[in-house]
Amino acid sequence: MSNTAHDHYYNSHDLPRFGEIGKDAPHLADKFFAWYNAVFAEGALTEREKSLIALAVAHAVQCPYCIDAYSSDCLQKGADTEQMTEAVHVAAAIRGGASLVHGIQMRNHTDKLGM
Amino acid sequence: MSRVLPTLQKRASTLSSTREQRGMLGRVPVAFTFESALQDAGLYPLRPTGIDIFQINVGRKCNQTCRHCHVDAGPDRTEMMSDAVMDRCLEVIESTDIPTVDITGGAPELHKRWRELVIRSRAAGKKVMDRCNLTITLLPNYAYLPEFFAEHAVHVVASLPHYRPKGTDAQRGDGVFGESIQALQRLNALGYGDPSTGLELDLVTNPVGTFLPGNQAGLEAEWKRQMERLYGIRFNRLYTITNMPISRYLDFLEESGKLNEYMERLVTAFNPVAAAGVMCRNTLSVGWEGTLYDCDFNQMLDLPVDPRGPRTIFDFDLDALSRREIILGPHCFGCTAGAGSSCGGATA
Repeated sequence: MSNTAHDHYYNSHDLPRFGEIGKDAPHLADKFFAWYNAVFAEGALTEREKSLIALAVAHAVQCPYCIDAYSSDCLQKGADTEQMTEAVHVAAAIRGGASLVHGIQMRNHTDKLGM
Repeated sequence: MSRVLPTLQKRASTLSSTREQRGMLGRVPVAFTFESALQDAGLYPLRPTGIDIFQINVGRKCNQTCRHCHVDAGPDRTEMMSDAVMDRCLEVIESTDIPTVDITGGAPELHKRWRELVIRSRAAGKKVMDRCNLTITLLPNYAYLPEFFAEHAVHVVASLPHYRPKGTDAQRGDGVFGESIQALQRLNALGYGDPSTGLELDLVTNPVGTFLPGNQAGLEAEWKRQMERLYGIRFNRLYTITNMPISRYLDFLEESGKLNEYMERLVTAFNPVAAAGVMCRNTLSVGWEGTLYDCDFNQMLDLPVDPRGPRTIFDFDLDALSRREIILGPHCFGCTAGAGSSCGGATA
């Protein structure tokens, strides 16, 4: 492995190599990809809705590979950038809300400790 | 995007030359050639299955200058089909049993004999498709179009990249979306898009970018829901069409440094099933100057039909043309990527 490969943890060229996670444990990877593909197939939710959810979650977990993949996928599934931006705001609102709602725990503690 | 941009021809761009375009496409490194892909699929040489659609490109003049236009059409283009070519096209329409006449441009309605072409084609019992940019129907001299379409039961195939404004205006020009919605509402008011009237209104969507179109059936369902919800508009079918690396879209790809990446995307997505259904197998395309082509894309790259047979409308011979070998090039990967693409949408 060259030194360049160690220059940074994330490399966009690694995204198409996702399938390589099957090395040394193909039976597990096969199960994962079969499940993954089934999850994203049209069902009670449309492929487009699932793609927008995936984009939002990608931002919540801050996975650059997923953001790359689902930005393309959302466009291909017929979403536009305004809809995608709203999806990102949904992720951000949940993240922000999750932090803020824990403020109630802080209140609980301060109520116990305060006069 | 500004409402009207200069065409490649107006800008004296090197890509206004079809030779330059073919050269540029030929220099893109690809994993395999289109011919070899067809060979592996058992489809080479590619031949017609018949001629079901007589597609007439009446000229390059248009009131819009869409960024992805493979015709490089626009207000500054003057090429228009002559009377002699139009007369011969009408003779062919009236003397053959080709069931469908597909009229395109430019904005085909700008041709002085477009109405006659429609009326006589309908009188000859043909289904007539008009590829309409919608905004033309809002121009004062063309406000008659919706009623005319309905009176002659013209199958309207209208371009709309998205059911929301942003992408449409980015691709087709500022304000185009709003005008397109107005035009569609007028067509709906006349019975277009209502399955009980028989007046067909289909929409065509091209990706606003360098990605491939999504699943046509899935997108159609979503579009129908959204167009009804947002604007009260109904339509019959949605056609998803891949952007072709020709003329202005080729210029965009080259300018943005995305040509190789896009061609790689098309080549990687080659689908033998889509290839079997490509439109050149049941379509014949006539250029404004009377030359015959396998499709509108070959027309725009100046690649006429097989030289071993008839090559112009003046020596039209249905049997000979039905036996022709279809002329291919790297751009053909645009019709065979993913679910395929044609003037009638996906092919697989």
